[in-house]
Amino acid sequence: MRDVAIIGAGSTKYGELWTSPLRDLFAEATADCLVDAGVDRKQIQSAWIGCMSSGLFNGQEHLASILTDYAGLSGIAATRVESACASGGAAFRAAYLEVASGASDFVIAGGVEKMNDGADATFCLATAADQEYEVYHGVTFPGLYAMIANAHMHNHGTTYDMMAHVAVKNHRHGALNPKAQFPREITLDTVRNAVRVAEPLGLFDCSPVSDGAAAVLLAPVAVARDLGKPMVTIKGSGHATDAIALHSRPDPSRIPSVGMAARKAFAQAGVTTGDIDFCEVHDCFTIAELCCLEELGFYEAGQAGPATLAGETALGGRFPVNPSGGLKSKGHPVGATGVGQIVEVYDQLSGRAGDRQVPNARLGLAQNMGGSGGSCLVHILEVS
Amino acid sequence: MISPRYHREIPQRYRLEAGQCTGCGEIHFPPRAVCRKCAGRDFETLALPNRGKVVTHTVCWIPPAEFDNQKPYVNAIVELKNGVRLTCMVCEAPPDEVTVGTEVELVFRKLRNEPVWEVIQYGYKARVLTD
Amino acid sequence: MHGIVGYGSYVPRFRIKAEDIANQWGADAEAFKRGLLLEEKTVPGPDEDTITISVAAARNALARAGIDPQKIGACYIGSESHPYAVKPSGTVLIDAIGAGPECHVADFEFACKAGSEAMYVAYSHVKSGEMDYALGIGADTSQGAPGDALEYTASAGGAAYIMGSQNVAAEITCTYSFTSDTPDFWRREGEFYPRHAGRFTGDPAYFHHVTSATRGILEKSGLKPQDFAYAVFHMPNGKFPLRAGKMLGFRQEQMEQGWVVNLMGNTYSGSSPTGLAAVLDVAKPGDNILITSFGSGAASDSFVIRATDRLPEIQDLAPKVREQLADRRIHLDYGKYVAYRGKIRVNEM
Repeated sequence: MRDVAIIGAGSTKYGELWTSPLRDLFAEATADCLVDAGVDRKQIQSAWIGCMSSGLFNGQEHLASILTDYAGLSGIAATRVESACASGGAAFRAAYLEVASGASDFVIAGGVEKMNDGADATFCLATAADQEYEVYHGVTFPGLYAMIANAHMHNHGTTYDMMAHVAVKNHRHGALNPKAQFPREITLDTVRNAVRVAEPLGLFDCSPVSDGAAAVLLAPVAVARDLGKPMVTIKGSGHATDAIALHSRPDPSRIPSVGMAARKAFAQAGVTTGDIDFCEVHDCFTIAELCCLEELGFYEAGQAGPATLAGETALGGRFPVNPSGGLKSKGHPVGATGVGQIVEVYDQLSGRAGDRQVPNARLGLAQNMGGSGGSCLVHILEVS
Repeated sequence: MISPRYHREIPQRYRLEAGQCTGCGEIHFPPRAVCRKCAGRDFETLALPNRGKVVTHTVCWIPPAEFDNQKPYVNAIVELKNGVRLTCMVCEAPPDEVTVGTEVELVFRKLRNEPVWEVIQYGYKARVLTD
Repeated sequence: MHGIVGYGSYVPRFRIKAEDIANQWGADAEAFKRGLLLEEKTVPGPDEDTITISVAAARNALARAGIDPQKIGACYIGSESHPYAVKPSGTVLIDAIGAGPECHVADFEFACKAGSEAMYVAYSHVKSGEMDYALGIGADTSQGAPGDALEYTASAGGAAYIMGSQNVAAEITCTYSFTSDTPDFWRREGEFYPRHAGRFTGDPAYFHHVTSATRGILEKSGLKPQDFAYAVFHMPNGKFPLRAGKMLGFRQEQMEQGWVVNLMGNTYSGSSPTGLAAVLDVAKPGDNILITSFGSGAASDSFVIRATDRLPEIQDLAPKVREQLADRRIHLDYGKYVAYRGKIRVNEM
């Protein structure tokens, strides 16, 4: 397989974008990406687009046709990829494999979700869980992660305060991100006193309902060199699935798909956790950031919480996590999220993250997860 | 119309019928076509025990529309006496009564408050044991 | 010998006190409690209905009967509050308890005596030799209009009876029904709450049919009130059954055990069947038990039942009525009560 580089990135703002339809969100992100890459749209051969459920949110399927049409890319090979909240990451991997295999030279990996068109978001998001044996019984997404949280607190001694600190930290980062849905800091008290959604999780432990799109352009390393781009390459790509229902896994405080995907990515990249300078992880809920950091191997079980309290994972700390603001502050337009994480990692590695810049960032990791851990993608990127 | 989907799950929802692989003995709830342990294709019906204990739990304060009339309600993962786990609501429980290890029995209840033009959906819920 | 092989009852955990209803409507709480002889009534939870109550009662009956549900030849649920206007309750029941598909199912109605008629038909199938076992259930989640007298008493609960000819725990030795067209209480299609004819529901309806049926079965069986250890009458409120029993020559002590209404309310089709279950929970071999139901419209079904040596062996195999009446009650305030009972109009989704 060839080495693959990212040569451009684009993203809309995330938020409640009442005047932007689904089709235009993708078009804008893609157009910005092509301008950033300096590549003419006629060179694009293929697009992989992550979107969890345009059918349920917007009544629209057949995205390959409509999104390429409205992006001015009609004619190219295009496929919509679905893996719940990991749709974007899965789209990115598919695009990576198409270039790595030698089949194509210019492939877009994009993601989009427009959640604010009037659909019942709780209902739509719940389709990522087991419809007949979890959702049928009144379980919601916050409910699943709340059960993970309670198990994590019971088994590993994690406290609610540790989770609350994740939200405060990510908001501090998001306040520095012009594309964030909630670009403002919050206090611990705000998190603690917020209305409870599913105990112990409150409103501020949960990522928001968002609209947005992101896109990156992939090309073989030789092309990136010719274009004079910062050499940001994909060193490792890991993808794993796991049983969809939380009750099917041996320990409800663990998310095995994350560890499985991470091991594949690290093996391919030939690096260890100690080599990673920063990461973007899937903080759909505050507890998820702690669990994922442990599953990825950055911390032992039960240690991510204390590390967060100690400030290790904040910008300026030993190991910045979610410098973009994460899903919590930046937003979580489901299908776009995985690609948006790649955009952040790319910006960090190419030194253009502005106030959020992680100093001397050389290796970054992005982890994107579906449902309560039914699927996971981990990507390791390097700048050289 | 939910009838075909609902009808198919009745043996599981009403009678806790699981499938046990005749090859390796792995119990699947719900039953499935392919054994997750040995990829076997042959199964026997097995009714699950209706007693167990809570593995983890939460209290749902913001439910989907059809569950709104029951809020706040407890959801839990219950491990039944034979080791099989399932997810369900714990009914009639003041939330602070349910904790890891609480012993429960499974009872037959209406699950949700569906609109009047839909078929009523029944199934299992957990109830804290009083013995 | 034919009769009851297994019996089971189900009492919901939620309660509302009569005084909380009275205070809501500005009525004299103490006067209502004295007049109705009622402390509190059961309330079905938002996840309960006649079908879930029937399943719970039937599972308790199966625990006592100790038979394979596949052997049950017929299942009948009698109720005034079947969950569907059109679609049987009994089919959900048989799939839940593992009876059928070779099973005759029908839903019964006749105001408050739908339970006793389900029991009667089940018993008749067994007595005629048509089948080995048959199940008759009375269960209800009755409604009373807000502010109406019925709101104090209309409650939820049920009892199930598996009839058979082997291992009989309580033999049915005599049956008698007394029926006439007496319009004391009715609900027309499209109305949400039933209506009643005030004081006409007393002497011409309840008392006439209950006493006529009971006198009829005493004559038919040749028994007198003093021959019975227990007597159970339909309980629309606390006073009516005690007065009827006294009119017929029964003593308070004979009626006490089955008189559950003061703690439970009127469970309509479940009323006298639950009273009977409370009696069976404690009866001794050889005890004669009288039960007379009443359904508005109107009719009464009477049974004479005699406990056998097997009854004490099965009493402890499932929860008892008075245990459930006392156990882990959850009291609701009026607002929660009306929300659970769907009396608050909200937008359809």
